[in-house]
Amino acid sequence: MASIGDIPIKVEGEPAAPVAYGNALPVLSQVRHALAQLIQGGEPTQIDLGAMPFGPGDEERLMTLLGSGEVTASVDALGPTRIQETAFSGVWVVEYLNTDGQRVALHLEVDHAPRLLRSQPADLSDALAALDARLSAPDANPAPGD
Amino acid sequence: MTAVEFLMLTKGPLFQAALAVFALGVLVRLVEILALGRAHNYAAPRGSAALGGLRTMYKRFEPDPGTFKAAPFDVVVGMVWHIGFIVALLLFIPHVELIKSTFGIAWPALPNPVVDAITAITILGLLAALVHRLAHPVKRFLSTPEDYLIWGVTFLVMITGYLAYHRLINPYPLALGIHILAAEIFLVVLPFTKLTHMFTAFVARYYNGATFGRKGVQS
Amino acid sequence: MVTASPHRPDGRPAPARQATLGESLRRNGVSRRGFLKFCAATASMMALPPSMAPAIAAALESARRPSVIWLSFQECTGCTESLTRSFSPTVENLILDTISLDYHHTLQAAAGDAAEHAREAAMHANAGEYLVVVDGSLPGPGANPGYSTIAGISNYDMLMETVADAAAVIAVGSCAAFGGLPKASPNPSGAVAVQDLVKDKPVINVSGCPPLPMVITGVLAQYLTFGKLPELDQYNRPLAFFGQSIHDRCYRRPFYDKGLFAETFDDEGAKKGWCLYRLGCKGPMTYNACATMKWNGGTSWPVEAGAPCLGCSEPDFWDAGGFYDALSVPPGNSGDMLLAAGAAGVAVGAGVGLLARSQAKGAAKQHQTVTAEELEQKL
Repeated sequence: MASIGDIPIKVEGEPAAPVAYGNALPVLSQVRHALAQLIQGGEPTQIDLGAMPFGPGDEERLMTLLGSGEVTASVDALGPTRIQETAFSGVWVVEYLNTDGQRVALHLEVDHAPRLLRSQPADLSDALAALDARLSAPDANPAPGD
Repeated sequence: MTAVEFLMLTKGPLFQAALAVFALGVLVRLVEILALGRAHNYAAPRGSAALGGLRTMYKRFEPDPGTFKAAPFDVVVGMVWHIGFIVALLLFIPHVELIKSTFGIAWPALPNPVVDAITAITILGLLAALVHRLAHPVKRFLSTPEDYLIWGVTFLVMITGYLAYHRLINPYPLALGIHILAAEIFLVVLPFTKLTHMFTAFVARYYNGATFGRKGVQS
Repeated sequence: MVTASPHRPDGRPAPARQATLGESLRRNGVSRRGFLKFCAATASMMALPPSMAPAIAAALESARRPSVIWLSFQECTGCTESLTRSFSPTVENLILDTISLDYHHTLQAAAGDAAEHAREAAMHANAGEYLVVVDGSLPGPGANPGYSTIAGISNYDMLMETVADAAAVIAVGSCAAFGGLPKASPNPSGAVAVQDLVKDKPVINVSGCPPLPMVITGVLAQYLTFGKLPELDQYNRPLAFFGQSIHDRCYRRPFYDKGLFAETFDDEGAKKGWCLYRLGCKGPMTYNACATMKWNGGTSWPVEAGAPCLGCSEPDFWDAGGFYDALSVPPGNSGDMLLAAGAAGVAVGAGVGLLARSQAKGAAKQHQTVTAEELEQKL
């Protein structure tokens, strides 16, 4: 099935000038509040941008306002997830994509590091067990995988 | 009955009925007054009656200094809520749309937050006027049940409109329906009470001013 | 091609509940990060704050696969189209793969008796626990059942029989929820909504024409995740999706507040994306999640495309006045009536006034003068 982006669109006449709907700035002050909360109490915040009443261009405007920082990361689990640090330290853009590359959710995370990047606690004990198994294996050069 | 059915009832048949009573009632009263005419004046005119009449129609908007000194509260609060009522009635966008669809004429409207603020002031003004009427011994003595009735229907229209705009009644079609119903009660009550002053005040002012204008004196 | 294949189209009994959702995801090779991502996306889908993701994760670990029976009555299949056109296959597929869709006319492979056997088998195997999803209204008990039958069974009988042992009923679409188009005046088939007939089971209305796919799956996900029914509004719609009006969440709201309106569909205001109230937008009276969840995978939604909201998720929206008339505009033509009443008023007023005038003239004619002497003589 063709993706919706494949439908050819021809714009006739002058395209209308971009309109500022003014729905991006309130999110920025919500981020500011969340950052202050992180500094004071260490409490992280996630903001679901999908729940914001954004008009055309509002999301781009917010992303421009947030800018981009030093860290870019990608997580490959159940489809890719793109993580971008914004120009404001501690503020992360997390875009969840499905296996077809379509967005399933867009969050802002205000935290020291995004939740998804951290090793999952349950995985740590699994890893420990895997390492133990590896060390106690009689064969020094086992075939990779299991 | 669902909220939407209620809204459609108030917007449809009830609105038509209220509008018919209003148009019929107001025109009967106005045309009757005009058809009665005035007694013929045999004295020679010393000035223009029409000019004097028109001038007084306008001049009575300015508060009389004597009245202001005697009853500043009535003048200020009365003016504030009357102006507020007219602004909310005629310059709120949904009302302009309604007038356009009913009478075929339209005019520019005010931004909603402005109308909202004016509505709040008008509601406070109406409440202050009622409190004053009840607290003031002379006013209270002079007040008839009709005075309280017309205060009630006026206040009802304003408060239901405010509640609907701010969505303080749920669901919204119910809030809007209640407001429209209140406006319909206002329209039906209008021709049979002193609310007709909305129209007759100008007739009275004109006749008053014309009498003086003909005599060549100020009014 | 459908994304949700019925698991037991052949009429075999549905499998007994076994693996939890967490287990089945891990068996499918989903890592814990993947699971976390799934929970974050599910929170979005259920219109819950992202901070709920850990709670969702914990609940999903023990969630079990519910059996779902989908009944289609007087409907246009638009709701099923909406559901299968949902644009985030990863998450929704997982949800739909996790539920056991045991009966659905349009999506199942089985036909005829086998299809009806599948429904009966699912009802027996999961008595008291299965969900019934209904789309479409149905002729009420007093109406001619011939207007809509399936396999010779009237819609009414099939609904009542299927619902008897259900845990809950989800009415998908405005037809099932409120009667919709079939119930619109003059309602020839005597159509009624599911909640008019089902009184002893919880009914969740997921209204819309069609509902947002994310809302359909979101409600299923919520039941699947927390095992209980969501909080509902006065029309039995989940508050998470129907808690706020289109108007309150509309990105064009600032223009309404400023008083900037499109007057026609092609004027300057329309091009600048101003408020559509005057073009008949029913956003102020419509409760739905279109303004934030949007359509076609978050691409756009009616107001963003420049079309006023029709109010399709509200009861009786077909009969609620013209789609392109402002909300405050009354239906019908008030002008003629007003003219007639006005003319009558003028006639009556003139009549009463002239009568009073002629009475005054008559009185003046009969007026007789009298002198002081005459008076004194009389005394």
